[in-house]
Amino acid sequence: MRDDTIELPGRGPVADRAPASGGQPGDLTQELLDTDWWTDDMLVRAGIPVHDVPFVSVGGGIGSFVTVDYLRICGVPTSAIKVFTQLNTPWESYEYLTRVSQIPRTERLRSDSASCPDNIWGFPSYGIREAWATKSLKPLWHLLTEPFLNDYWTPKAGHAFESMEREYHRIGYPETVVKGQVRMVRRRIGGGYFTILTPPEGATHTRRIAYRSRYVHIAVGYPGLKFLPDLQEYREKTRDYGSVVNAYEPHEQIYQRLQAAPGTVLVRGGGIVASRVLQRLIDDRDRLGLQTQILHSFRTFVTGSHGPHIWMRRRGGDGWAYQGFNYPKSVWGGQLKARVRRLEGQDRADLYKQFGGTNTPKRRNWQEQMRRGRQQGWYQAFQGEIANLRPGPSGTVHVELKTDQGPRQVQVIAVIDCTGLEADVREHRVLADLLDHGGAGRNPLGRMDVERSFELRGTRSEPGRMYLSGSAANGGYFPGVDTFLGLQIAAQEIADDLQTLGFCSGLGPLRSTSQWWKWARGKRI
Amino acid sequence: MLPTLNGRIQTRIATLVVIGGLWTLLLTPLLSLPGSLGDRYTVTFTILLTTVVLGVLWEFVYHLIMQFRWEKDWPTGLALITVVNEGALVWLLLSLDAVPGIDGAAVPLGAFLLLFGTTWLVVWLMIVGPMRVPFIHWRFRGGRLV
Repeated sequence: MRDDTIELPGRGPVADRAPASGGQPGDLTQELLDTDWWTDDMLVRAGIPVHDVPFVSVGGGIGSFVTVDYLRICGVPTSAIKVFTQLNTPWESYEYLTRVSQIPRTERLRSDSASCPDNIWGFPSYGIREAWATKSLKPLWHLLTEPFLNDYWTPKAGHAFESMEREYHRIGYPETVVKGQVRMVRRRIGGGYFTILTPPEGATHTRRIAYRSRYVHIAVGYPGLKFLPDLQEYREKTRDYGSVVNAYEPHEQIYQRLQAAPGTVLVRGGGIVASRVLQRLIDDRDRLGLQTQILHSFRTFVTGSHGPHIWMRRRGGDGWAYQGFNYPKSVWGGQLKARVRRLEGQDRADLYKQFGGTNTPKRRNWQEQMRRGRQQGWYQAFQGEIANLRPGPSGTVHVELKTDQGPRQVQVIAVIDCTGLEADVREHRVLADLLDHGGAGRNPLGRMDVERSFELRGTRSEPGRMYLSGSAANGGYFPGVDTFLGLQIAAQEIADDLQTLGFCSGLGPLRSTSQWWKWARGKRI
Repeated sequence: MLPTLNGRIQTRIATLVVIGGLWTLLLTPLLSLPGSLGDRYTVTFTILLTTVVLGVLWEFVYHLIMQFRWEKDWPTGLALITVVNEGALVWLLLSLDAVPGIDGAAVPLGAFLLLFGTTWLVVWLMIVGPMRVPFIHWRFRGGRLV
């Protein structure tokens, strides 16, 4: 893990590229490292034991989970699937990110009611289930009147995790899990792939084990979340890791310091995480009677509706660009999904750019909080970029800002950076290896280039297939890959492709309905 | 809902014909309409057919309205509330005796409201959820069935 990268659960240290010198047997040899296509004999020579399984999924997060869920529902037995992961549960990494970015289990996600990673049909949606569980019509009324009389209804984080846990047991997911860190996937001469796994210390007598499979699914999540260089520089220079933080790392100490003594905080960013951090700051202010002053800098300060033409105009104001979900909703099934699916190269990149950009939902409670803050003078939003950070007196941070009104100096007790920078796909060593040795390439946005079926273009090893879903596929024929529903859409495309290859059953109306009935009764499959 | 124009039209026709048709079949004997049961079925199914035909035209209007929405979605509530304009148009045509094959002016308002309103509700309830169970690709394909 590079030290400019935010540590996430399930990411171990980067293993040596060089083969181990002596010690544990069964390690990668120079021959293996240097060769793109492996033979069975090469692994025998290296002393790496080989196991056979038809389908492997690398990652073990929600991407692996929803794909395995889909395949299980399409009749693939657990014995035909292995999931390689360092995570304890598929939602561990996601839950970590939501929790530290101020969405604990009791708070609501930014996700549609029918985006249910525990239920491939999306029916009954989270909203209907919440209405049923709470014996209340409120969620139904909310769904009926969204987004006009109400904000878009979204599920509580806890509801998503608990329901995933039920499905996790229903489909026998734990039976598919093999703990360890995947080092690489290489194509096999004779068809299919070898996946090299480094098991936990002491779990096996060899340093590595190999899985020979016809199909491979890669779902390794975000390649990495990086600190912005200015933040990183301050932290390295001052060794102060507590005052200048990224919102995706634990930063509870800042809220505690504000409870102990009044202070000013600088929040940077215009996305959902900035909204959540502001809500936490203002909630604490209201609940505990604090005197917190909030400065909020936007690199791009949006003052109103914006977009290229009348048919494509996004609302905005007070600095923010407003949007219900991570993408315009129709990328998950409607017009935009159909449109992007037809676009190639620069045309696709241009459309991504049009509906991209940082944005946040226009939630009524957030609007009320910020309005009050502006009126009472404790919340100030402005266009600005941090020009310099240096330690100020009494543990404060002195910030030099470059704003459209000219330079500005402020003294704050903390800087909470909510901008996050996604690392290049190459930062993930499995992806880097696929680019260097697996035949994979990049899409117009620089991520991994996948087909409409989510097959990783260039990696075919007949009759095998390698698929990739999740954030690393962003920029492909389907946007919204790094979302609950996006992962399910990818899983559906993958399952459809695997059905044509004879690996699983299709989900026609009869099988789909009978499987749904099993789901509804919680019947184990 | 996230329809494409093609998906809208396909969903409209399929759900009104199948779900709406079944519902009309069940409901017609209970409606206070003039004539024999055969005559009554002629009236109700003609109204259903009129709704399908006009509905396909309405879908173009909705598609156009949807273009003004950044999200390019069609919220659930809109899909329900459009019962008002569509019902009003069909009623107007009935009142003007402009629906071919039946004596539209003889259709009582109460029976029409019951038929149109409940059929709309049943179809809407199907579209907002259960439809996804047998047709698992449907919601990701803009409402297309084929």
